[in-house]
Amino acid sequence: MTASASTPPKIDRPLNVIVATDCGSTTTKAILIEKVGDEYRQTYRGEAPTTVEAPFEDVTRGVLNAIAEIEELSGRKILDDDQIITPCRDEKTGVDIYISTSSAGGGLQMMVTGVVQNMTGESAQRAALGAGAIVIDVLSANDGRLPHEKIERIRSMRPDMILMSGGTDGGAVTHVVEMAEYVAAAEPRPRFGVTYKLPLIYAGNKEAQPQVKKILEDKSALVVTENIRPVLERENLAPARNKIHDLFLEHVMQQAPGYKKLIDMAGAPIMPTPAAVGLIMEAIAKREHLNLIGVDIGGATTDVFSVFGGVFNRTVSANLGMSYSVSNVLAEAGLANIMRWVPFTIDEQTLRNRIKNKMIRPTTIPQTLDELQIEQAIAREALRLALIHHKSLATGLKGVQQERTISDVFEQQTSGKTLIDMLKLDLIVGSGGILSHAPRRIQSMLLMIDAYEPMGCTRLSVDSIFMMPHLGVLSTINEKAATDVFVRDCMVYLGTCVAPIGQGKDGDVCADYEIAWPDGKTTKERLKFGELRLFPLESGKQATIKIQPAKQVNMGGGAGMAITKEVHGGVVGLLLDGRGRPLRLPVEQQARVEALTKWFDAVGLYPTAN
Amino acid sequence: MLPLPGRILVNVGDTVRSDQAVARAELPGKVFPINLANQLSVAPGEIKDYLITKEGNVVEKDEILAENKPLIKWFKTEIRSPVTGTIESVSSVTGQVLLREPPRVLQLLAYVDGAIIETIPQQGVVVETTCSLVQGIFGIGGETSGEIVTAVKAPDEPLTPAHFNSTMKGKVVVGGSFLSADAMKQAKTVGVAGLVVGGIHDEDLRALLGYDLGVAITGTEQVGFTLILTEGFGTIPMAAKTFKLLSAHVGRKASISGATQIRAGVIRPEIIIPQAETAVGKTVELQREGIRVGDPVRIIRDPMFGRIGEVSALPSELITIPTESDVRVLEVKFSDGKRVVVPRTNIEVIEGA
Repeated sequence: MTASASTPPKIDRPLNVIVATDCGSTTTKAILIEKVGDEYRQTYRGEAPTTVEAPFEDVTRGVLNAIAEIEELSGRKILDDDQIITPCRDEKTGVDIYISTSSAGGGLQMMVTGVVQNMTGESAQRAALGAGAIVIDVLSANDGRLPHEKIERIRSMRPDMILMSGGTDGGAVTHVVEMAEYVAAAEPRPRFGVTYKLPLIYAGNKEAQPQVKKILEDKSALVVTENIRPVLERENLAPARNKIHDLFLEHVMQQAPGYKKLIDMAGAPIMPTPAAVGLIMEAIAKREHLNLIGVDIGGATTDVFSVFGGVFNRTVSANLGMSYSVSNVLAEAGLANIMRWVPFTIDEQTLRNRIKNKMIRPTTIPQTLDELQIEQAIAREALRLALIHHKSLATGLKGVQQERTISDVFEQQTSGKTLIDMLKLDLIVGSGGILSHAPRRIQSMLLMIDAYEPMGCTRLSVDSIFMMPHLGVLSTINEKAATDVFVRDCMVYLGTCVAPIGQGKDGDVCADYEIAWPDGKTTKERLKFGELRLFPLESGKQATIKIQPAKQVNMGGGAGMAITKEVHGGVVGLLLDGRGRPLRLPVEQQARVEALTKWFDAVGLYPTAN
Repeated sequence: MLPLPGRILVNVGDTVRSDQAVARAELPGKVFPINLANQLSVAPGEIKDYLITKEGNVVEKDEILAENKPLIKWFKTEIRSPVTGTIESVSSVTGQVLLREPPRVLQLLAYVDGAIIETIPQQGVVVETTCSLVQGIFGIGGETSGEIVTAVKAPDEPLTPAHFNSTMKGKVVVGGSFLSADAMKQAKTVGVAGLVVGGIHDEDLRALLGYDLGVAITGTEQVGFTLILTEGFGTIPMAAKTFKLLSAHVGRKASISGATQIRAGVIRPEIIIPQAETAVGKTVELQREGIRVGDPVRIIRDPMFGRIGEVSALPSELITIPTESDVRVLEVKFSDGKRVVVPRTNIEVIEGA
């Protein structure tokens, strides 16, 4: 399918059977979606190693292998040699459409430029990240690097694409043109293909367009679009994002092995995986009027999505992941931060060697319980670090003049404050192998709670078998099919975490609570500091909790103020977290092991706890 | 392959040596921007009036590029070129002059002794050689070559500083199960070209590199030698087959590369030992049809990391392992007759068996 990515095709024929793939960096995952009665359901899945690398060097091989597994399981004939049979010929032959996402070959890697780092530089970064890219560097006039250092940097990086921004419309052109001169002087080369020109999008001050064209037209495949920051007070990211998607299809993917064939096979434009996941996250938040944080933790990267007050943001932490990048989590978090989640003692050398061995053999899985516990300890830190990164970018616009009234005298806030407010957070959605495939669902729930430290009442869920990318691209051509499958087969609600804010000595009163269960019974108890309590509350059921926090403790209504809330159930249930916020773990080794063991046993986290 | 288009220096059928240049490219020189408008305190649009030279001209270091013409000579400002190079551009918008140093010639070496079987215009060549190939699991340092020498008697013997002597200078030293930090230091002092061992400790690698390696993309490190691990991190005896093969080629020249990339295009380190006859031969590709009972395998994850055995059973059903995950497994029999069940993803088949 060669239609522009920014304008998905309109498909008139009925879509009753859909096969979708996600070509990941290591695995290609295929799912079959069928219309059963009036609703769409995900029925079968198959997977196979991705084949972008030698000896195959053709992404479609992995796609066909994954689809062949679905054929085997479902009994439906989908493939005719190397072709996908579309549309359906009969009940058991063919599919109505094939669609795909891709992050194989390292995803879409971009370099962005702006004039002022925390203004147009950040806007450009947000535009690229929102389009599903990994931003490998942000260059700006005030980034502290000398001109020749900037040129060297542009030259040494090999991005798939460059996005240039800078200046408001009608503002000064000098700095934008200066940056264009640096880019031209560096003669940047693309990552794939020695002989083709690097795609470059200019989305800056429109007054500088003629000069930028003159400087860069011959040295790159230049595309000019609307300014991403036409005025200081407003961002206009959509035109640049659409151009990124179009160029991703037209240039970058054409260079990757087998993608020309893949594009022809697909009935809708191939999307970068994170862009597709972002679509789904945005759709959930919009449909249910929620503030949410979504995370997709993979082998190489961790993507974080957020929607607060209707504003969507996405960041990618390119080197935080559970296999290829596992060693970088250790390097960034430090050994002590990983060890604080491990419920036993282990010497540093052994742990370091184990982590490096996972890095060099990324497809291995933990076989023993202690290996699983170490991996989940690392995952907590990867999730935590990725959220810190996200908070720093998901901000209001910087450099915007603020109106103040006399009542703001005691509350001086700078512009560009993070949009992430854990007290206003309604839902956390987890995706990716370590969360979707955790042996017990409570493990996914506690991993996210420990990493994100939600405050007040927060609902949690996971992607059942990792199908959000597939559903994201599906939503561009058939909203109903995507929604049906998402609600019934994709989203697994884990339950709700209730976490008072404040700290106290273990055993001190944290809060008194009264829960009215759906069957009419009530539970009236006291939560002490240092306690975790788990109550079963089925998916689809709700309970009412009334919490009276202790004097210095806050549940969102102010210190010591009682609140009453409706809480949702899930496959895990209702978790009352009396460990305090911010969460502080004992520093001393023996005390830490004891505390972790107590908490893990309280919620039945691991088999030994039974 | 050249990193940018260049010229190929050999033809198909030529015999080449590992240290022979097969292609050449010119890396564009470094760029030095000078903001003339700021330095002369004039408007960007006026700088052309003050320039003594023009776009495209070659200038020497310290040659005057531009000067103002004040009424009093005392106030004269001269802007001199900081480098020898060419004036690439003069901008009347920013007032900037870009100077580019002369290009640097980049030579692509053949890396292995062999015959050219294909030339890729402007980009590179394909060299074919009849050789023995050993693939490592992780390495650091780039391409080098040297004579193979074994420093230990058995694959489970660790390399110690005492194993190194001056005759090993410029050679590829094969060790056993482990290389300590002290042994690395000694290897550097002796000046070995490369080291091939079973394992090292991560903290010794950190000390050697000076930083904690976050992502396995290596090949450009300069630590004095190229290091290749055949098994992984920790003390792990080198696979007997690998040790035997390398020992059988003592005294032969090997081309080695530590370059490792474990994402988006897997590259593993390699030891290539060209055979005497470098004639273009028929390629024999080893075709594998999945794993079979009897295949020799290495366990690549704790708790039995590094153990070698053979596949004794391949149950098809999913088995619940101690983590409570349901996975596909296989049974491995060790040489002492003991059998263990391992997830299939946690073993690797020892190739070339």
